[in-house]
Amino acid sequence: MTQPQPAAASPEHPAVLRLEARAAPSQAVAVLVSIVSVALALLVGGLVLLASGEDPIAVYRVMFTGAFGSRSSLAETLVKTIPLLLTGLGVGIAFRMQLWNIGAEGQLYLGAIAATGIALFVLPDAPASVLIPAMVLAGLAGGAVCGAIPGFLRARLGVNEIITSLMLNYVAILLADQLVHGPWRNPVGFGFPGTEQLPDAAWLPRWGTTRVHLGLAFGLVAALLVWVVLRRTRWGYEIGVMGGNERAARYAGMATARNILLVMAFSGALAGLAGMSEVAGIGHQLQRNLSPGYGYTAIIVAWLGHLHPAGITLVAFLLAGLLVGGDQIQMSMGLPAAIAPMLQGTILFFLLGGEALGRYRLVRRSPSAGPRPRAEAR
Amino acid sequence: MVETTGGEGDSRVEALRARLTRRDVIRGVAGTGIALSIAGFSRPGAHAQDASPTAGPPIKVAFVYVSPVGDLGWTWAHDQGRLALEQTLPNVETSYQESVPENPADAERVIRDFAQKGNQIVVTTSFGYMQPTINVAKDFPDTTFVHISGYMTAENVSTAFGKIEEPRYVSGLIAGKMTKSNQLGYVAAFPIPEVIRGINAFTLGVRKANPAATVKVVWTNTWFDPQKERQAADALLDGGADVITQHQDTAAPQQAAEARGAYGVGYDADMSPLAPKAVLTSPIWHWGVYYIDLVRQVQAGTWQSNQYWGGWKDGLVDLAPIAPMVPEDVRAMGETEAAKFRNGEQTIYTVFTGPLKDQSGEEKVPVGQAMTDEALLTMDWFVEGVEGDPTP
Repeated sequence: MTQPQPAAASPEHPAVLRLEARAAPSQAVAVLVSIVSVALALLVGGLVLLASGEDPIAVYRVMFTGAFGSRSSLAETLVKTIPLLLTGLGVGIAFRMQLWNIGAEGQLYLGAIAATGIALFVLPDAPASVLIPAMVLAGLAGGAVCGAIPGFLRARLGVNEIITSLMLNYVAILLADQLVHGPWRNPVGFGFPGTEQLPDAAWLPRWGTTRVHLGLAFGLVAALLVWVVLRRTRWGYEIGVMGGNERAARYAGMATARNILLVMAFSGALAGLAGMSEVAGIGHQLQRNLSPGYGYTAIIVAWLGHLHPAGITLVAFLLAGLLVGGDQIQMSMGLPAAIAPMLQGTILFFLLGGEALGRYRLVRRSPSAGPRPRAEAR
Repeated sequence: MVETTGGEGDSRVEALRARLTRRDVIRGVAGTGIALSIAGFSRPGAHAQDASPTAGPPIKVAFVYVSPVGDLGWTWAHDQGRLALEQTLPNVETSYQESVPENPADAERVIRDFAQKGNQIVVTTSFGYMQPTINVAKDFPDTTFVHISGYMTAENVSTAFGKIEEPRYVSGLIAGKMTKSNQLGYVAAFPIPEVIRGINAFTLGVRKANPAATVKVVWTNTWFDPQKERQAADALLDGGADVITQHQDTAAPQQAAEARGAYGVGYDADMSPLAPKAVLTSPIWHWGVYYIDLVRQVQAGTWQSNQYWGGWKDGLVDLAPIAPMVPEDVRAMGETEAAKFRNGEQTIYTVFTGPLKDQSGEEKVPVGQAMTDEALLTMDWFVEGVEGDPTP
């Protein structure tokens, strides 16, 4: 995203403080930076809480317990992890190739639409052993198509994938709205939007009495798969090279256009699987507001996870905890609901800021050592 | 709750019909409860809990809100109900969560959490919480759940809603007299029966007062989004509308009308403090009426799952005071009509009595025939005089 700048400051803008790429971002620095970032975030969040007359320690304790403190809260955090993990992996692999897939939200919806269509209209009477794999394939395919469209346009026509993938989000969400208000509307639903419930065979198995469903396994398998692809396959190697320098990759004889298409489709497929698992694992119907923006949160997940499958898995889990725990601020303490997103925003701000400082460092330049004399600049 | 076959659906309609007729009984009980609470007396034996208000632990009631409490909107109206509950009944403890998304993952988590925290009553106040409420209720058979505006019930889940169409109709009568361009604008959330019914009731009022007027609808696809609501209102004003009404949770459409020197009809609460030059009146909710009765019934152990659909006569819905800029004769007409609804002479059924034509001019309800509850609850067509599409 941000290419490291060369050391010389531009003459027009003699900078005093500037960012400079660290020669070799060390593992130790990265860990230290993360810890300091979280500490700073909690500190600043705490100051805001203090200023509004609340006890920060109590708020943090309630948030933590709400996310990880009991079997049921931990289960709900895992439920929230599933879509964040799958979409995060999806956008992460595209970002590795410098493909800015902002369309995970729409890809999620298309996956959900395809999976719902299979369960309600194609194989409504199939047993779970047939139906669930069919829905998985449909979800993957739906998301892949939605990702492949901007991929194709980028690969063949050089159309900016940021715009096309973003715009397809609206298309996919409106398509889902159209279906649940119109042709797919539950015939005995009193005119309210939403499909009828999926047949029982379409419901993903759950873990005990919790809502944690098979989608968690999909996410973990997908993380492993992405890791294997990136580390162990020729395709993964090509993705890395193309992410570094697309032109070099082309000179090396790599099929860059084909790879763009494939990576966008793969990226979309993972988001589509997230949509399928939300429908089959949680909602059991296609409805409005299927996703509260998982496809966008995925972008944060991917970056905070360093675009690495293990990092993305960890961050998806922690971010899910942050979101789930945030509810408790009002439910248990009666504080305004706006405090939760404020704290979440503060924490993400510091994490992403710390992230930048982990890879770059602030350099202070004295004006004399800086730019060339003004006269030389035209 | 899997209902996939027509047969089951039909039986549900039958069940609904049975419950709807039971409403009158419930309404009677509600009336008694309110009268008692207003008088501040308790009748020994009738409400055991009232007789000894401090005995035993408090009854805990939780509310799940779809938007911030904010100013004078849908959630604000429910929160007023919650506060009325706390003020009126002794020994009640309430909590709430604002801005709970209507997606199944988040909504169900919050509802479940409230049940786990030991709330005896959990009230979910938006349509999107219907299935999640039913799901959670299965696991907490001893908790009482109330879902506002939906149609699914269970042994421990009631539904509740109000005939806001009654004051909407009267607000339409007033708005129809106030328009000069004969073009009214309606900023509407979602094309679902609840909203469509309201648009139709308003339009029937408008056209009764002014047969030449039409009502143009813009869908925002959101309950709560001040910016989108305002943009929709601006678009309607650009199109020539000079009275703006709304089925939205903020006063933004009213403020848009005021900024253009147009009139408006608010919703949920008396919105005149936020747009005093525009707001002619507002159809409003008094949720406390229902919540107080609900808690009394649960405390007394008389609560049973039901489908409550309260009207103006029950005090659940009302019309805010008619603004001073409304001419005397129009105000008198509005107040006369309002009085007829308050005493039950007019109801939602008289509003929706034929002849009613749809947008194409085709007769949908013949002369003299009132629409049934089922027809009203599933309404998906616009009456003549509405401009817009009742599908998204």
